[in-house]
Amino acid sequence: MTSAVAELTRREAGPRLLPMDPALAGVTEKVLAGRRLDRADGIALFESHDLLGIGALADWVNRSKNGDRVFITANQHLNPTNVCILRATCTFCSYARRPKEEGAYTMDLEEAFQEAALARDTPVREFHIVGGLHPKLRLSYYTDLISGLKERHPGVEVKALTAVEIAHLARIERTSVRDVLVRLQQAGLDTMPGGGAEVFAEGVRRTIAERKLAAAEWLDVHRTAHELGIRTNCTMLYGHVESYADRIDHLLMLRGLQDETGGFLTYIPLAYHPDNNELGEELGRTGTATTGFDDLKNLAVGRLFLDNLRHIKTHWVMNTMKVSQIALHFGVDDLEGTVRRERIYHDAGAQTPEWTSFAEIVRIVKDAGKRPVERNVHYDEVRTW
Amino acid sequence: MVAPGPVVRIQAGPERTADGVVPPEQRTLPVLQSAAPRRRVPTEGGSVGARRRAAQPGYVPPPVQNRPHAGDIASWLERLEGTSLLELGAAADALRRRLHPEGVVSYIVDRNINYTNLCVTDCRFCAFYRRPKDDEAYVLSYEDVGRKIDEAKALGAVQILMQGGHNPYLPLDWYLGLLRYIKERHPVHVHGFSASEIEMIVKVSRLPLDQVLRQLREAGLDSMPGAGAEILVDAVRDVIAPKKIDSTRWLEIHEAAHEAGLHTTATMMYGVGEVWADRLEHLLRLRALQARSVARGGARFTAFIAWSFQPSQTEMEGWDLELGTGMDYLKVTSLSRLVLDNFRNLQVSYVTQGPKLAQVALRFGANDFGSLMLEENVVSATGIDFIMAEGEVRRIIEDAGFTPQRRYQDYRLVAADDSGCPCCAWRERLEVAR
Repeated sequence: MTSAVAELTRREAGPRLLPMDPALAGVTEKVLAGRRLDRADGIALFESHDLLGIGALADWVNRSKNGDRVFITANQHLNPTNVCILRATCTFCSYARRPKEEGAYTMDLEEAFQEAALARDTPVREFHIVGGLHPKLRLSYYTDLISGLKERHPGVEVKALTAVEIAHLARIERTSVRDVLVRLQQAGLDTMPGGGAEVFAEGVRRTIAERKLAAAEWLDVHRTAHELGIRTNCTMLYGHVESYADRIDHLLMLRGLQDETGGFLTYIPLAYHPDNNELGEELGRTGTATTGFDDLKNLAVGRLFLDNLRHIKTHWVMNTMKVSQIALHFGVDDLEGTVRRERIYHDAGAQTPEWTSFAEIVRIVKDAGKRPVERNVHYDEVRTW
Repeated sequence: MVAPGPVVRIQAGPERTADGVVPPEQRTLPVLQSAAPRRRVPTEGGSVGARRRAAQPGYVPPPVQNRPHAGDIASWLERLEGTSLLELGAAADALRRRLHPEGVVSYIVDRNINYTNLCVTDCRFCAFYRRPKDDEAYVLSYEDVGRKIDEAKALGAVQILMQGGHNPYLPLDWYLGLLRYIKERHPVHVHGFSASEIEMIVKVSRLPLDQVLRQLREAGLDSMPGAGAEILVDAVRDVIAPKKIDSTRWLEIHEAAHEAGLHTTATMMYGVGEVWADRLEHLLRLRALQARSVARGGARFTAFIAWSFQPSQTEMEGWDLELGTGMDYLKVTSLSRLVLDNFRNLQVSYVTQGPKLAQVALRFGANDFGSLMLEENVVSATGIDFIMAEGEVRRIIEDAGFTPQRRYQDYRLVAADDSGCPCCAWRERLEVAR
């Protein structure tokens, strides 16, 4: 142990439980000394089976950033269209449809407003809007949607459109990403979700999402958003063909941009779901979701690696609520909200319910021995219990 | 308990290709058809098929000082209070490692055969039973049972779990005849008849408990499942299962079974409104009984299994209950491992908790993935259905850093050149010795 570690342990500020796996000795020392983890450290974490030790380190780091607070929100997902020009090439997706394919839908604005109004019985604070890359839906559809929602639901904030959708709109409008973002911001866009990152490694992208926005472009959209004062989330889709090294390289790129801009709010590792998509069939993975170990490790490693992000979020739609609750002891301080009408993951075989009541989310956080904090879209505290 | 045999990797699991892919044809093990209705479908305009809802009685937990093992309950409660989830898990994991240093996680391939769903006990938490006059009440014929055994054996099953309702129309001779029929024509390890079914057989036959157990054993019963324990605190049982045997009788029947040379398992169904003191009382009473059986040197509890109550389709659906969370499950798992230090094995319940949490529980004290059931009717009657293929069970165990191994009911591992259930053979040797 370094003297710094000994000092921390003496002051009882260190975790009460440490990894047993000797391969994690170096990581442990760095974490306790507050030093940044490198690529080899990240891979060692993913390779280790010492789930409790990894969890203990991540929990300790999380407690030093967030105490016993867990950020929750009543939100509603809104997926305006599943028509997507990447239907044929994003093989991991079960949601996208060609325009004329069975099951294809596009909501007109009235339908979207009606769906949003479903949420009136819970105190919704946030709309989460993502969908397919529709070849004909123009930017004006989205600006009208956002301003219309703001008008109808004053006080509710809008987190809308992934980097991939923003870049697509710039292309069909023949304008710049910055211009699209400015016009969305004027319409009332508050923050941006972190989807579409998948795994940045080129080989992986070529395999699962050949025609999707490349890593540098994805990062560029987020960089531009941050410059305009639009905070964003970031994600990684794990559990398909990527290696541990690919995962860590992905986290390194996210950490690099965060060093540059500080614009990311929260990191959400997303579990790949293998049902009803070509990739799942090709891999022979139908019916086999990611494991509980992998879900918890991705969250904990995210916490340990992304030392410049304040929040790590568990998405119960894919991790299940039981594992998400456990994740609150594995470095996670941010729990996905009430959701309501989630389509993308349920199309891919997620067996979780379509929504969870706000009261149930509060109970689950308290049952974990944590303090629920209702947040707004900027992670300001609105209410505590 | 017989020491575990040599560890031999079995050949039956799916082989991964060089790039880690399991060929689809090796993935699935069929879930066999059942005679039982899987789930009630509400019928139009009437309550036919739907379970009536029971009103929720108030529950006042007995004070700790009035309970058996009051001192131990108090000190465990204190430990629970001052320990984080991960610390509790680490302590349980350390004990698990001491008991099973070889890093094997075992599982059994078997089939649940529910010989009858007719039941007069009306447990409020049960979605499976049917009252005597219900159109859906059934009793399987010996031939039905024999056919199910043959199907299961063809798929690699090494035992059947035979459980049913408390059916007052079945005399002892029906059970004895069934066991003899199985052993003569479809020989397989019979893990069967939980304590509350035994009690019904005792009542119907008007014979003493030890005689009933002896006759069942001689006819071919090999071991007894631990179902029906629910929460072994009478104040809780009065709320959820007032007509079922009380906690003392459940323990008596298991002790008598041990004395009769039958290994048994023990269970707990939590999340029915009980408090931690109730769960601890349950565990501590099991531990005390196990200590006596271990001292006697013969049959005993081979494993403990906990699961959370599933309310759907039961009379308790709609009760204001704090249903089992993920935290609850891992705390119950760890605490069970620590309290039941005289039980060798602790099973996960993937059927109720889902594969993700069940896998995580392998680091919170559990060492067995339970049964890879070729048929299951009781939990699935509540609409919860996490039946998994063997390849998936093995993938999950390996992913957690353990070696998956098929086992027999007595927890010895299935060897590649195996000639049958060593537990039944062990019994035969015992007979010869006598």
